[in-house]
Amino acid sequence: MRIFVCIKQVPDSAQIRVHPVTNTIMRQGVPTIINPYDLFGLEEALRLRDRFGGEVTVLSMGPPMASESLRKALGYGADRGLLLTDRFFAGSDTLATSYALSRLIEKAAEEQGMPHIVFCGKQTIDGDTAQVGPGIAQRLGLSQLTYVSAIDAVDPEQGTITVRRRADHGVQVLSSRLPAMITMLEGSNQIRRGTQNDVLRAARSDITQWNAAGVGIEDLSLCGLRGSPTVVKRVFAPSVRSEKATIVSSESGVSATASALIEAILERQPALETDLLEQASGY
Amino acid sequence: MTTSSPQAAGQRAGMKKELPEHFRSYKHVWVFIEFEHGRIHPVSLELLGEGRKLADKLGVELAGVLLGSGADSLDDATRNCFAYGADVVYRVEHPVLAQYRNQPYTKVMTELVEKFQPEIMLLGATVLGRDLAGSVATTLKTGLTADCTELAIDDERSLAATRPTFGGSLLCTIHTLNYRPQMATVRPRVMAMPRPEEGREGRVVVYTPELEEERIITKVLDFLPDDAAEASGLAFADIVVAGGMGLRSEENIQLVRQLASVLGGDWGGSRPLVQKGWIAADRQIGQTGKTIRPKLYIAAGISGAIQHRVGVEGADMIVAINTDPNAPIFDFAHLGVVSDAVALLPVLTEAFRQRLLVNRMAG
Ligand SMILES: Cc1cc2nc3c(=O)[nH]c(=O)nc-3n(C[C@H](O)[C@H](O)[C@H](O)COP(=O)(O)OP(=O)(O)OC[C@H]3O[C@@H](n4cnc5c(N)ncnc54)[C@H](O)[C@@H]3O)c2cc1C
Repeated sequence: MRIFVCIKQVPDSAQIRVHPVTNTIMRQGVPTIINPYDLFGLEEALRLRDRFGGEVTVLSMGPPMASESLRKALGYGADRGLLLTDRFFAGSDTLATSYALSRLIEKAAEEQGMPHIVFCGKQTIDGDTAQVGPGIAQRLGLSQLTYVSAIDAVDPEQGTITVRRRADHGVQVLSSRLPAMITMLEGSNQIRRGTQNDVLRAARSDITQWNAAGVGIEDLSLCGLRGSPTVVKRVFAPSVRSEKATIVSSESGVSATASALIEAILERQPALETDLLEQASGY
Repeated sequence: MTTSSPQAAGQRAGMKKELPEHFRSYKHVWVFIEFEHGRIHPVSLELLGEGRKLADKLGVELAGVLLGSGADSLDDATRNCFAYGADVVYRVEHPVLAQYRNQPYTKVMTELVEKFQPEIMLLGATVLGRDLAGSVATTLKTGLTADCTELAIDDERSLAATRPTFGGSLLCTIHTLNYRPQMATVRPRVMAMPRPEEGREGRVVVYTPELEEERIITKVLDFLPDDAAEASGLAFADIVVAGGMGLRSEENIQLVRQLASVLGGDWGGSRPLVQKGWIAADRQIGQTGKTIRPKLYIAAGISGAIQHRVGVEGADMIVAINTDPNAPIFDFAHLGVVSDAVALLPVLTEAFRQRLLVNRMAG
């Protein structure tokens, strides 16, 4: 089976700051990881490869240092890593990102053949939009299977797949056709520890890098800031309520503080007491 | 890549000035009505309430876009759309649309937008809404802002969609300046539920799509409904007590549960508790968990990060218990206690119990 997994390098901590003048995010110096949601797709891909044979290719768009994340994915057992990197991609929103990644996928497919499955993360921890996977599916005409909790059956020869998908209020069992774009639900599996061989191989492997021209992007107006219909106009701190919280306290210990707090709550919300009593009488 | 140089930001601001001619005819505000298993998802009604405000500000119509099958239940849903504020309902009825599937829904929504040209389209940030919004925005090549917490119309009649940004306590306002429609998703319970006006009427526009089941790649083989008893009523509880990392251990979660139980409310926690495996994911409160709008919210040992804040700001009263007098939660809580939550919670629970007991006897 030929499986592609899209991953994103994201900042590890919430310690990100915003440039005071440009209001853009400053990532310098913040440790990075593979977006945790992507790892569920990677593990699923590795399991399918273990079952059917074939290759798992990890792909990413990002700055040159994103090759570190790809290398990390090789350490888990992926076979090759491809990085799309170019300054023209800076500032991409989800539409521009799905464009660039779909071109990278097409480029890789030219060399390896069309993948049976493209895994994407359900969402990222930094952008949190859940839009790039569907964008790629749409652009490449892949069956779109999001929030998948389990792959029940897959037949690469026949090009069929059956999955369980988390819907609102229940689980859908869906049958569909390959090639498909799948986002895995968190908790559906756990990323393996790579074997020592994988880790050694990862350290030695080259990550293939492409730029925009390399994947055949001629119209740069579809990339980066120019290719992004959304514009961040303002980044700001949430307004502080005009009065800060009224601090309730008592010198005479926890008990007195608790009573004072109850008084303060009920004084402001007298209706609560009636509500509470009604409930209490229901006991 | 969200990194950009100051130069690039300036360039962008200058570049996107005017709406191209062919988008100028785009008018009206649309809400995608999430309609499954014979009922409208509450988030769609909340969005009709919010969409009403945007449409009034723009002086345009508000439309509900309703896809499904089964004339009776669609009649019912149509009436509901009007009651909750829609002027128009675009009604698309077809057996293929009986259950949500990405492909036919994306096709129909794309066709509707191209034919009727709305300037704004809102969807719920549910599993269905997110699956659909990402596809439709891509086919239309327009901007989509996820999980907005505030929507407004600016001086240039453009949709200002505000959402939390990652890393610290910041919000950002996003515009789609020269593409239409301007698309946004909003999580359930973020907007207030409007009051329905029974008998309110409107116009129905019927659209008949060309769909054939044979051409739809994905089939629904089965639907296994969730056990309703297990689903927590957290999002709709009147009183919610929640704990954060300040509780220090998994054991202390019970302190939160006990207070909630005495108050007849529900309970939850901040995201790190879910990540640690101390509480179930459906107990998480905040941007990536549940949004709550209780009458009383008590947060114990929660710092009040923006992602948490946006999930609780709709509460009538927020009470914070935190050892750090400078914790951000005191910036938006109404009442605060600077104290060890682990010590205070049991005492508070007991004091509430006593208070209710005394009053009950008096009553
Ligand atoms: C994309 C993204 C989405 C997110 N979504 C969510 C979300 O949906 N919900 C959410 O909650 N978070 C979310 N977060 C995480 C969020 O940024 C914060 O990290 C998180 O809310 C912090 O949880 P906390 O307040 O429990 O822990 P901390 O920030 O560690 O705060 C603990 C607090 O407890 C206080 N404390 C310590 N000891 C005591 C004591 N004995 N008694 C009383 N107080 C004490 C401390 O002073 C501190 O204020 C998200 C983050 C990202 C990046």
